[in-house]
Amino acid sequence: MISGSLIKLDFFYLVLGAMLLMIAVMALRDPHNPKRYSSALFWALYAVVYLAGDWLSPVAAGALMVVMALIAGFGGVTLGRYGERSPEQRRDSAQRLGHKLLIPALIIPITTMIGSTLLKDVKFDGLFLLDPKNTTLVSLGCGSLFAVATACWLTRATPLQAMRESRRLVDHLGWAVVLPHMLAVLGLLFTEAGMGKAVAHVVTSYINMDVKLVAVAVYCIGMALFTIIMGNGFAAFPVIAGGVGIPVLVGVYHANPAVMAAIGMFSAYCGTLMTPMAANFNIVPAALLELPDKNAVVKIQVATALPILLANIALLYFLLNM
Amino acid sequence: MNQTVNLWPLLGVAVIILGFALRAHPVLVVIAACAVTGFAAAMDVEHLLAVLGAAFIKTRNLPLILLLPLAAIGLLERYGLKEHAQASIARIKSATTGRLLIVYLAIREISAAFGLTSIGGHPNMVRPLIAPMAEGAAENRYPALTDPLRHRIRAMSAATDNVGLFFGEDVFVAFGAIVLMQTILRGEGIEVDPLHIAMWGIPTAVTAFIIHSWRLHRLDAHIARAMMNSAKGGQA
Repeated sequence: MISGSLIKLDFFYLVLGAMLLMIAVMALRDPHNPKRYSSALFWALYAVVYLAGDWLSPVAAGALMVVMALIAGFGGVTLGRYGERSPEQRRDSAQRLGHKLLIPALIIPITTMIGSTLLKDVKFDGLFLLDPKNTTLVSLGCGSLFAVATACWLTRATPLQAMRESRRLVDHLGWAVVLPHMLAVLGLLFTEAGMGKAVAHVVTSYINMDVKLVAVAVYCIGMALFTIIMGNGFAAFPVIAGGVGIPVLVGVYHANPAVMAAIGMFSAYCGTLMTPMAANFNIVPAALLELPDKNAVVKIQVATALPILLANIALLYFLLNM
Repeated sequence: MNQTVNLWPLLGVAVIILGFALRAHPVLVVIAACAVTGFAAAMDVEHLLAVLGAAFIKTRNLPLILLLPLAAIGLLERYGLKEHAQASIARIKSATTGRLLIVYLAIREISAAFGLTSIGGHPNMVRPLIAPMAEGAAENRYPALTDPLRHRIRAMSAATDNVGLFFGEDVFVAFGAIVLMQTILRGEGIEVDPLHIAMWGIPTAVTAFIIHSWRLHRLDAHIARAMMNSAKGGQA
C-alpha cells in the first residue's frame, strides 16, 4: 500500500456491491417483475464489478459490460412491486415527524462538507482518516451510512426496509444508472482512439482564423461542441486549448492565458448543459425526477447555455489582452 | 502540420448522433459507438474488450455519488419527506417557483464557489427537497397544476442545480478544473497563477447567474399564463 488510510474508497465499493447484490436477490424473488431473471442477472453482474472488480481480467470486465448493455438495451431490466405506502400514510407521518425528516437528508451534504474540508488532513498513527485521493467520495459514503442509520432510528424502520427503498429508486432509474458509467468508458475509448487529434485537425484545417473575433468564436464554440461529443469538459479542454487556444489565441493574438483558460473551460460547461452524453447531470436527473422525456433537462438547459456561450465569446473578445 | 491524422474514429461520433436522432436505446448506442470507434482505430475484438473492461473498472467510482445516498433518501420518502417539503413551502405566502429556484441558484453557485460543491446534488437535494418544493410553490397558487407544467418545473429544478454548480465551482482556486487547466498550460510551457484563472471566471459566473435567474423569473409568468389558458379552456 502506497498511501495508508483508515477509510478507503474500496470499502464503499464493497458496500455498493453488497447493495446491488441484494437488489438482484430481491428482483429474483419478486414475482410481479415481468422479467425478473434478466433484471436480477443485470444487477448481479453490476454487483460483480464492485465486489470482484480488482480480480477481474480486463477482457472479462469488458465482456461483462457488453452483456449488461445488451440486457438493458433490449428491455431486460424491468420494474417490480415495492409495497409503497399510500399518500395519506405518508402525509400522516410527515405531520408526525415534521422537520425531523430533514435531519438525515442534511446529514449527507454536511458530512461530505466536513469530511472534504476539515478532516481531509487528519491522521491517526500516520494513517489518513479518509482516503486522501478520494476525500469527497469517501465523505459522501460515510454521510450516506450515517443518514441511513439516523433515518432508521427516527422512523423505527429496519435497515432491510432501507434496502427495499433503495431497490425502488434504483429500479426506477433502471438503465439510466449505468449510462453515465458506460459513457465515461466511451470517453476514455475516444481518447485512446485519437479523437482529440482528429477533432482539432478538422477544426483548425477548415476555418480561417485571421480575424480575431472568428478565432475567439471558434475557440469557445469548439470547446462547447467537443464537450457535447465527449460529454465532459475536462476531455475537451486539453484538445481545444492545445489546438486553438495556445497556438492561435496566445501565439498570434497574445491572449492572457488565464483569461483564455477560464473562459474556455466555462464554454466547455455550456456544452455539458446541452448534451445527453453528460448523463450524470442530464439523463439521470430526468430519470430521478420521473420525467417522461429523458432529454427534458437537456432541452430546458439549451436556452440558458446558448446565451452564456455568446456572452463568453464577447467576454473573451474584450478581455483577451487584459 | 502535414502529419497524417486518423480521422476514422470520428465515425464513433457519427454513430452517437445517428443513434440519438433515430431515438435508439441510449445504452445500445453507446455500445455501438464503442465497437465502431474501436474498429476504426484498428483494434481487434480482444484488445477492444480489454480497453473497455479496464475503463469500466477504472471509472466505477462514478456511480457511487448517485447510488450511495439512495437508501436514506428512499426511506425518508416513505415517511413523507416530499409531503413535508411541500407543506413547508405552502406556509410561505410570497414563495413562487421562480423565486425559490433563484434563491437555490444563488446558494448553489456561491457555495460551489467556496468549494462546497457537495451542498446540492440531484439524488440528495433536488429529488427529495428542491423539486417537490418548486412544484409545491406552484401548486399553492394553482391547485389544478397540469402535468406538462409539473414536468417543466422539475426539469428546471435539475437545470438550476447544474447551472449553479458548473458556473460556481471554477471560481474556487482549489477546485480540480483549475488545477487541470494549470497543469495543461504548464505542459505547453505557460506558467499561470491559479488565482488569476479563478478570478477571470467571475465575469462568466455573474453572467450565468443573471441569465438563468431571468429565465427562472420568466418561468413564473409562463406558469401563470399556461394556467390561465387552461382555466379558459376548461370553461369553454
